[in-house]
Amino acid sequence: MNTVPDRIPAPSPPTRTGIAIIGAGPAGLTAAVTAADAGCAVCVLDLGERPGGQFWRFGPATGDGRFHHGWPAFTALRERFAAHVAAGRIDYRAGHAVFHVGRPRDGGVFRVHAVADDRRREHAAVEAAAVVIATGAYDRQLPVPGWTLPGVMSAGAAQALLKGSAVVAGRRVVVAGSGPFLLPVAAGLAQAGARVVAVVEAGQPLEYLRHPARVAATWRKLPEAGGYLARLARHRVPLLSRHAVVAAHGDERLHSVTVVRLGPAWERVPGSERTLEADVLAAGYGFVPQVELLAEAGAGLRAAAGEGAFAAVVGPDQQTTVPGLFAAGETTGVGGADLARIEGLIAGRAAASAAASALGRAAGNAAGALGHDRRTDRQRAALRRFAAVMDRVHAVQPGWTGWPDDDTVVCRCEEVTVGRLRAAIDLGADDVRSVKLLARPGMGWCQGRICGQAVAALSAKHSGYSDHEGSAERDDATQDAERAVSRPLAQPVPLRVLAELATGDADSPD
Amino acid sequence: MPEHPRPRIDITVDGVAWSVPADCTIAAAFTEHGQPGWRRTRRARPRGLNCGIGVCFDCLVTVNGMPGIRACLADARPGDVICTEEGSGFGEHRS
Repeated sequence: MNTVPDRIPAPSPPTRTGIAIIGAGPAGLTAAVTAADAGCAVCVLDLGERPGGQFWRFGPATGDGRFHHGWPAFTALRERFAAHVAAGRIDYRAGHAVFHVGRPRDGGVFRVHAVADDRRREHAAVEAAAVVIATGAYDRQLPVPGWTLPGVMSAGAAQALLKGSAVVAGRRVVVAGSGPFLLPVAAGLAQAGARVVAVVEAGQPLEYLRHPARVAATWRKLPEAGGYLARLARHRVPLLSRHAVVAAHGDERLHSVTVVRLGPAWERVPGSERTLEADVLAAGYGFVPQVELLAEAGAGLRAAAGEGAFAAVVGPDQQTTVPGLFAAGETTGVGGADLARIEGLIAGRAAASAAASALGRAAGNAAGALGHDRRTDRQRAALRRFAAVMDRVHAVQPGWTGWPDDDTVVCRCEEVTVGRLRAAIDLGADDVRSVKLLARPGMGWCQGRICGQAVAALSAKHSGYSDHEGSAERDDATQDAERAVSRPLAQPVPLRVLAELATGDADSPD
Repeated sequence: MPEHPRPRIDITVDGVAWSVPADCTIAAAFTEHGQPGWRRTRRARPRGLNCGIGVCFDCLVTVNGMPGIRACLADARPGDVICTEEGSGFGEHRS
């Protein structure tokens, strides 16, 4: 490989800090400024080239916020963040792919390892008394025939092109999937000049009306949704519910999609097929929390919305089951940017307090600011209740497993088809791990992040786990899927960086 | 889109000079250029942008000799020499 130098460079000594925060989206940024306000030394490591995460992803061409929601809140937060960075209280590391968070041994400190700057790929290590994981979430995609074609992308990808680069994904776009996120994606594309052929929602949004109290408690979200709907109406974008895109067609690139009506379990309604021409399909069925670093650090997880997805178990102060390790935002269960900011605030306070006591200092004059406040707790509770309704209304229903055929690729990296998955199950593979060993889904670059949930659902269906809800076998299946989330290295790491770890005094990832 | 014409930069893609918008990712540059696919898998199937946020590794390109760069994360910089990849993502190129 041409990336390996002749000589292994000496490892650079780790940076020491009070709190390491992984992720600079709404949760991570809020945690960072909160902890820095309390006088704590903070290091923020983020994969992106600019702060903001996915929700506030921006570039020089989109810095006016015209494609963003809650932009004034972000500019205020970013100014506080920049002031702390300028004052040296926050050490901000953009373009850092964190691949391991090592737990303290014998009362020591956490060690965070990252690959810095993808164009150079150097090792960076940070030692911290407390860690906040705010790595967010990514779109859940369901495999359908043709979904690997250029032009088929996640809803988040279309949004990222627009928010980050001011580039429109295509001319004729179908936005499909389930969940409220489809609305801003479609509205943004229409605003930017794309022809949005249809918004295809698999769920039944009218079901929100069955939970009036919970929806009313988070009434601020209603004008936001209303604004997107009004914009879509202005552009005459048809909204379909209980429909799905079940196939994508094209040779070298997408030219059309097949849309069908769905039954209550999302099974295809025969005879309802129609074809829509499109050069882009932007699809997303909710989000999957990015919990790999938490899983590997030993933090307790719980099943999140959707088969094979997990979220961190946290206490009232956002602390995970590992003392000193906190989680905020989508990693604790997908709930949106408002909830992420509140969790970031609570985690920032609590982590500052934990770091201060770990370093043998009282929290000092900031102690008053570090306690709980009931108003914040109530806001968090209301937003979590709303998120639970959202999960229920838009939950992926098992009928989707009838959409792909035997030739449909499930694992994009290793190009494993549904047919090969089924053959492995026929050979006796009765859990995700055995399916993986026999058919190789999840063993490529993305480490099963994209296909993991689909593989879990397809394996469960074909091995009959769905019939064992709550039974011991079901628990085995859940544990099996949970193990599949844990990865010793959460990002690709050049061998030379691992060699550096082995020769240096840094503890190597277990 | 922007009221004023965007400033543009020059890059090279597979030996061809491209003018692309300044301040955009390499994936956005391909998209704006009208080319939604740029990688080929080991089975020679076409791929382009998929997750768009650094998770799926489907959009890998070689930039200035460094293979396996996520086009969705990396900003295009003036003078970048970009080669599309075919194969495993470790820098094999179309001959």
